[in-house]
Amino acid sequence: MTAKVLRRVAIFVVSVLVASIVVFLFMAVLPGDPAQVALGVNATPELLAKTRAEFGIDRPLVTQYFDWIGGVLHGDFGRSYVTRDTIGPQLLDRLGVTLWLVGAGMLVALVIAIPAGTFAAVKHRKASGAGVSGLSQIGVAIPAFLAGIILVQIFAVQLRWLPSGGWTPPDQDAGEFLRGLILPALSLGLVQGAVLTRYVRSAVLDTLGQDYLRTARSKGLRPGQALVRHGLRNASVPVVTVLGLQLATLLIGAVVVERVFVLPGLGSMLLDAVSSRDLLTVQGIVLVLVVGVLLVNFVVDVLYTVLDPRLRGS
Amino acid sequence: MRNLVIGGVLVGLVVLAAVLSFFWTPFDPVRVDAAHRLLGFGGSNLFGTDKFGRDLLSQIMVGARTTLYVGVVAVGIAAVIGTPLGILAGMSPRWLGEFVMRVNDLVLAFPALLLAIMFGAVFGADTLTAMVAIGIATIPSFARIARSGTLQVMSTEFVLAARAGGRSRLTIAVRHVLPNISGLLIVQASVSFAIAVLAEAALSFLGFGTRPPTPSWGRMLQESQELLTVQPRLALVPGIAIAVAVLGFNLLGDGLRDRLDPRLAARV
Repeated sequence: MTAKVLRRVAIFVVSVLVASIVVFLFMAVLPGDPAQVALGVNATPELLAKTRAEFGIDRPLVTQYFDWIGGVLHGDFGRSYVTRDTIGPQLLDRLGVTLWLVGAGMLVALVIAIPAGTFAAVKHRKASGAGVSGLSQIGVAIPAFLAGIILVQIFAVQLRWLPSGGWTPPDQDAGEFLRGLILPALSLGLVQGAVLTRYVRSAVLDTLGQDYLRTARSKGLRPGQALVRHGLRNASVPVVTVLGLQLATLLIGAVVVERVFVLPGLGSMLLDAVSSRDLLTVQGIVLVLVVGVLLVNFVVDVLYTVLDPRLRGS
Repeated sequence: MRNLVIGGVLVGLVVLAAVLSFFWTPFDPVRVDAAHRLLGFGGSNLFGTDKFGRDLLSQIMVGARTTLYVGVVAVGIAAVIGTPLGILAGMSPRWLGEFVMRVNDLVLAFPALLLAIMFGAVFGADTLTAMVAIGIATIPSFARIARSGTLQVMSTEFVLAARAGGRSRLTIAVRHVLPNISGLLIVQASVSFAIAVLAEAALSFLGFGTRPPTPSWGRMLQESQELLTVQPRLALVPGIAIAVAVLGFNLLGDGLRDRLDPRLAARV
C-alpha cells in the first residue's frame, strides 16, 4: 500500500509542476504587453522599458518561470501589474472565503444526498423512492446561480430572513457570518446534493443485492442495521470518488455563486483581475484553483486505496 | 423507456424552437421597443417583454440556437479529439496508455469554466472562446469512456480473430472498436451536452460567453438580476429554458444508457 501511495504522491507532484508550466506559458504567450496595459497608450518607450524591467518581463521565459514558481513556493505570488500590491496576502484572504463557501456547500450536499439517496434506493420499487429520484433529476438541471437567484428572491427579498449578499468575517461577528453563508451555501449545495443523491442511490442499490448483506440479515440483523453496518461502507467507495470530483466542481461553481452574492472570494478576485487585465494575479489564482483540483483528486485516490482493501494489492 | 421519451420530447422542444427561429419568431428578438417595456405574461407577447421592450419568447427561441450551437461545437471538439485518444490509449502498450491518461487527468484539472475565463482573458470573451474552452475541458470524459470501452472490446474473441488474421491496428480500431463503443460515446455526448449547456449559461451569466445583442439564456438571466425584485418573470423564463434543456439531455443520456445496456436500467 505504501508503494501505491508513494506513486500517487509522485504523480501529484509532477502534475502540479506541469500544470504550473501550462498556466505560466498560457499567460506568457498573451498578445499585449503588461507594461503597456499598466501605463496606458501614451507611455514613452523609456518608461515602458523601465516598467518591463521592474515587472521582470524583459528576462528570458525560463528565468521568469523559475522566479515566479520559486516565489509561489514561499507564498510570494509577486506584485500586481495594475495595483502594484503584493498578490499573496490578498489571495490567501480570498481563498479563505471561497473555502468556507465550498465547505458549507459540501456539507449541504452531503446532508441532502446521503439520506435522500439511501431512501431512494431502499424504496426504489415504491412511488416515494421514484419521487426522490425524479426530484434529484430536476435538481441536477438547475444551475447554481439560478438556485441562488431564486433563494435570494424568496428568503432575502420576500421573507427578509437572510441577507441577499455580502460577507462578514467569522471572527468579526459569528452570527452574521453564518446568516450570510446560508444562502450561498444552499445554492451551491442543493444542486450538488441532487447530483450526489443519484450516485448514493446507485451505490446503495448495488450493495442491497449483495450476498454479504443477505448474510448479515441471516445473522439476525434488521434491514436497517445490516445496511448501516455493512452496506454503507461498501457503498461509500464509489461515492467518495464522485465526492472528490464534485469538490472540484464546487470550487469552480463557487466562482459563479460568489458573483451572485457579492462575496469577496477567489472567484470574484479572478473575474476582477481578468477585467482589469491584471495578468499576474490571474495567473496566481488559476494556479491555486488548478492545484486545488489536483489536490482533491490526489486525496480521493489515496482514500480510495484506504477504503477498499481490494485495491491495495493491485 | 420513460426517460428516453421525456428526454427526447424536451430536447425536441429546444431543437424545434431553435430551428423555427431561423424562419419565424413572434417579434424581432433584438428590437428595442420603449413603448412596450416590461409587459407581463400573456397578451401579444406570450412571455412578456424585458426592460428594453424586447420580446422574451423570441429571445428564448433564438437563445436556443446559441445553446445548441455551443453544445454541438463543444461536444464535437471533445468527441473528435477525445475518442481517438481514448482508443489509442486502450490499444497501445501499457506505458503509452498510462501516459495518455495522465495527460488526460491534467486537462481534467482545468475545468470548463476556469479554462473559458483564461481563454477570455487572453483572446477576449465571446461564444467561440467559450465553445472551444468547454470542448477542451470535455475531452477527458470522452477519452476515459473510449479507453475503458476499447479495453473491453480488445479482450473479445472477434478482435483476437482479426488480429490473428493480420488486420492492422487501424482497421481493428475503425472496424471493430469504434462501432462497438459507439453506444457509450452517444450516451457520453448526451450527458456532455447537458454540461456544456450549463457551462455556457454560467459563462454568459458572468459576461464571458455570448456577447450582446445575440440572445443567450445565461445573459438573459444576468440582465434580469437588477429587476429581480419587481420582475422575477425575467429570471424565471430563461431559468426554465436552461433547466428544460439540461434535464432533456440528461434524461436522454439516461434513456439511451438503459437502452444500450439493460443491466444498468434499474440503477441510476
